[in-house]
Amino acid sequence: MGDFDFSVIFDNLPFLFKGMQTTLLLTAVAMFGGIVLGTLLALARMSSITVLSVVATSYINFFRSLPLILVIFWFYFLVPLALGRPVGGLYSVLVAFTLFEAAYYAEIIRAGISSVRSGQAAAARALGMSYTQSMRFIVLPQAFRAMIPILLTQGIVLFQDTSLVYVVGLKDFLVSAELIANREQRLIEMFSFVALVYLAICFSASQGVKFLERRMKR
Amino acid sequence: MISFDNVNKFYGDFQVLRDCSTHVKAKEVVVVCGPSGSGKSTLIKCANGLEPFQSGTITVNDVSVGDKNTNLNQLRSRIGMVFQNFELFPHLSVLQNICIAQEMVLKRSKQESTERAFALLERVGLSNQAEKFPAQLSGGQQQRVAIARGLAMDPVVMLFDEPTSALDPEMINEVLDVMVKLAQEGMTMMVVTHEMGFAKRVADRVIFMDQGQIVEDEKTDVFFSNPKSDRAKDFLSKILNH
Amino acid sequence: MNYNWDWSILISEPYVGWIVSGLGWTIVVSLLAWVVAFSLGSILGIMRTTSSSLLRSIATFYVEIFRNIPLLVQFFLWFFIFPELLPVDAGMWVKREMPMPEFTTAIIALGLYTASRVCEQVRSGIESVGAGQVAAARALGLTEWQTMRYILVPVAYRRVIPPLTSEFLTIFKNSSLALTIGVIELTAVTRQIEEYTFQGFEAFTAATVIYSMITFFVMWLMKKIEVRSRVHGMIGSGG
Repeated sequence: MGDFDFSVIFDNLPFLFKGMQTTLLLTAVAMFGGIVLGTLLALARMSSITVLSVVATSYINFFRSLPLILVIFWFYFLVPLALGRPVGGLYSVLVAFTLFEAAYYAEIIRAGISSVRSGQAAAARALGMSYTQSMRFIVLPQAFRAMIPILLTQGIVLFQDTSLVYVVGLKDFLVSAELIANREQRLIEMFSFVALVYLAICFSASQGVKFLERRMKR
Repeated sequence: MISFDNVNKFYGDFQVLRDCSTHVKAKEVVVVCGPSGSGKSTLIKCANGLEPFQSGTITVNDVSVGDKNTNLNQLRSRIGMVFQNFELFPHLSVLQNICIAQEMVLKRSKQESTERAFALLERVGLSNQAEKFPAQLSGGQQQRVAIARGLAMDPVVMLFDEPTSALDPEMINEVLDVMVKLAQEGMTMMVVTHEMGFAKRVADRVIFMDQGQIVEDEKTDVFFSNPKSDRAKDFLSKILNH
Repeated sequence: MNYNWDWSILISEPYVGWIVSGLGWTIVVSLLAWVVAFSLGSILGIMRTTSSSLLRSIATFYVEIFRNIPLLVQFFLWFFIFPELLPVDAGMWVKREMPMPEFTTAIIALGLYTASRVCEQVRSGIESVGAGQVAAARALGLTEWQTMRYILVPVAYRRVIPPLTSEFLTIFKNSSLALTIGVIELTAVTRQIEEYTFQGFEAFTAATVIYSMITFFVMWLMKKIEVRSRVHGMIGSGG
């Protein structure tokens, strides 16, 4: 048990903050992109056009059976190759996370859409509304309202998962802290700090979601 | 107005409708009754294309429902449907529920659809509930809103799928009263129901179904006094002894 | 796209050997971590549904800690921090003499993290059995423990076979994190192959195929277990 010097944290706050910004950026983009793509996948999966449904289901099952680290490696390797030129790690990672999360969001959204009583769609169609109209104005609004807590919870999971960019050295919050830890030989202080920050953010966020859930039940 | 010709429907291997043929004339009120699983709900759901059928034809207002070239959405806007579970859109207010299809499908202006909505709410006795949400209304009130929603499209025929089955007993009458008024005003109606009192009051004909087949199809008074089949006699004796 | 394909690396030494060994590590780490996760998670899940608020609080505290810190950070905490916090002698032993420190740490980190998830599944399974069942059991005179053991747990476990299978699969996927503390499991191996041969496509495809096969296999296994354990006439046993 050596001496602890927590001042190392305060001395490096700007650098750490920049890392956190990267983390938050990754989370936001992947969440937004993931939900948009996930909705399309969910609709495709539930569609009666076999080709669409098969393609969507394969995509979802494929990404859900792979470790995220492997997907990160894939795109880190593949994106520059496909574009024919070197690309910053950030872009590869953004693509990787968005495509990966979309598979998880798709399942959440599909469950949400299924949970809207089939009578609602029937009532909308009976009034003469088209498939698109009934989806857009009747089914999806209800589905999303019900799904908001789960979507947010998945967002918290995503926030934690972004730490995996460690494997390609992208400077997110964890990697920034680790760099300082190694440079100053202050592993305990830095890693405890990281753990506490994540704990604080994720715990408050999940409490927030619970509060939201209670309020939504009116 | 509606005619069914040799309609057959299967769910996989199970035959739900067997060779069903009947018709509903303009301004006629036809009640469809029968035990659970007899196919009565399925029959009217086929009439507006909500359920597909494998053989036979169904024509509504001279439009063939099963024809591939038929624009089902347009057809459905001319057929009103009231569901057992009301199926009001919970995230929309009463007023919005009645207006949404008018604006989206019939392309009416906001002003026109709102005016019509209020007129209909008046007709079903719910003028001051326009801004409420479905969850704030009783079952009977919700079903009356559902009827108004269907009427807002100016349909040529109204289909009712067990409209009072999900209601508490004390609310059944407020809905039936609306339906009786509709019938007296000359709406063509096809109603799946167990409410035999309603049938006696306004139905022109009664259809009795059992196991996917139309077993009885005759004028109301004949049905109640002298049904031809044993199954119908049996059903009537059970249901009228309540 | 400028790329030289060479699938033969997948069948030539030493790469094949690496892949097999990597897969071996993945399987062993996952299975052992699952043993930890399932046993500890079950205990915690039951603790969370007892009437003792002390037991409930302990379990809830555990779950919140392990659920709100990223798994990768947990790996680092166990690997770098934990030995430093032990008394000097124990710490020395862990750092110098404990066999396979990366391997052991990976199992502990992965096992304890997954235990918090198993706990939640078990808890929701027990809660789903219903207050009516509990009332009937207590009315007959069964104690809380007896009710838990004979009425709640048997039914609850059958109900949560699907989500538990999902957790089991997740452990396989999360085992890839062990590469960050030096365990050369499957994903690490394929990255190594990529770095040596530049044949990234082939290498990662190998890993992809193998993980997909693991998923299929586990799903198949789950169906078997689920069918075998189905209680006749119980709603919800179909998952």
